[in-house]
Amino acid sequence: MLNVGKIEEGFVLDHIKAGGSLAIYHQLGLDKLDDMVAIIKNAPSEKTGKKDILKVECDIDALDLDVLAFIDHNITVNVIKNGEIKEKRSLVLPREIRNIIHCHNPRCITSIEQGLPQIFYLADENREIYRCRYCDERYRKRDGEL
Amino acid sequence: MNGLRHLMTPMDFTVDELERLFDKAIDIRNDPAAYRHVCDGRILATCFYEPSTRTRLSFETAMLRLGGQVIGFADASSSSSVKGESVSDTIRVVSCFADICAMRHPKEGAAMVAAAKSGIPVINAGDGGHEHPTQTLTDLLTIRSLYGSLSGFTIGLCGDLKFGRTVHSLVKSLVRYSGIRFIFISPPELRMPDYMRDMLDLKMIPYEEVIRLDDCLPDLDLLYMTRVQRERFFNEEDYVRLKDFYILDREKLSRARENMHILHPLPRVNEISVDVDDDPRAAYFPQVQYGLFVRMALIMTLLDMTDDHMNKGLLKW
Repeated sequence: MLNVGKIEEGFVLDHIKAGGSLAIYHQLGLDKLDDMVAIIKNAPSEKTGKKDILKVECDIDALDLDVLAFIDHNITVNVIKNGEIKEKRSLVLPREIRNIIHCHNPRCITSIEQGLPQIFYLADENREIYRCRYCDERYRKRDGEL
Repeated sequence: MNGLRHLMTPMDFTVDELERLFDKAIDIRNDPAAYRHVCDGRILATCFYEPSTRTRLSFETAMLRLGGQVIGFADASSSSSVKGESVSDTIRVVSCFADICAMRHPKEGAAMVAAAKSGIPVINAGDGGHEHPTQTLTDLLTIRSLYGSLSGFTIGLCGDLKFGRTVHSLVKSLVRYSGIRFIFISPPELRMPDYMRDMLDLKMIPYEEVIRLDDCLPDLDLLYMTRVQRERFFNEEDYVRLKDFYILDREKLSRARENMHILHPLPRVNEISVDVDDDPRAAYFPQVQYGLFVRMALIMTLLDMTDDHMNKGLLKW
């Protein structure tokens, strides 16, 4: 069994779908952080057999984690302070998502206009439906996407 | 959007603002001479990246009848877009020349992108299959004038409800009024998109989806016919299969109420037979004229031409 030590201050993102940690690593901009990050792949899980875990040693206000709710509702966020779990943070669907996903509508202006931010708004919270700010097309996940 | 007033969707105006706009349009209709010089010295740019006759001519006529002038292009091939210029850059340039811009573009959301970068008011004159707000203002003014109210009726929308941006904009606008029941008449391939049905479901607005026009005709106060648009199809075969799905002729019309009104955003191809044109229920040509009056009122509104401005002749230049 691989052992990764405790962190003093930061986050533990648990119950990430197995194999999904690297995408989240990039999505949260962890590659740009100067802090210590541990990516644990295929850790044993009672619920799903395997899961990924991310441990991030950083200021707890340094990251915007709302987007995680859009990526995967099952992820749990443990906020660590002084080596202890200070809070289990619940994830809330963001009202708007910027530059995380792309509009697939070939008729959308984002398909030809350079440099446009990709913006999606939360159209239906209960059904977790996001729509493109420009063309109102519903976002549907494709293979290999978040 | 940089403090300017734009029109991207009909929802950009409140119901009260629409009432004032329609009142202004009717005032223009009743006394056009009073408005002949209110836009003296102003310039409208019509940036049309795809072909249009009615909408472009209506905008240009509206500005000319208000005393202003018009510049612009009528298709993408005569614009810098063929050189690869972005919509954002084009509107920045146009903002240096004109006081207001009407933009039609085949890509959905193009006018919104323009408005975000523009130094002048932008009117969405149609963005792909998405929105066509000035057609909606036209439709609302026509309904208000002919039916006498924007509440308490059953309206059938027939034809291409999938790509038909006029019906999307009209439905989104009508849900703000009370007592309206929708009947969507289309082949399954061209049914109302999911986001429109989601919106109606969320607001608990009653609607039915039917395939046959004949069955629901007697129930309708208003019938909004649409054309199946060749330019919205990637596949010619699908277009040919669906283009003649609905044809309203005099025989079919005999089942409709005597006081029903028939609207159509035009151009029609053959979905309304010419033998219907003389029927008093045919409202699609008067509708064009309402479109002119409402665009005149819209230009004045977005240029913030209050009565004070009109009286004092205040100009930007």
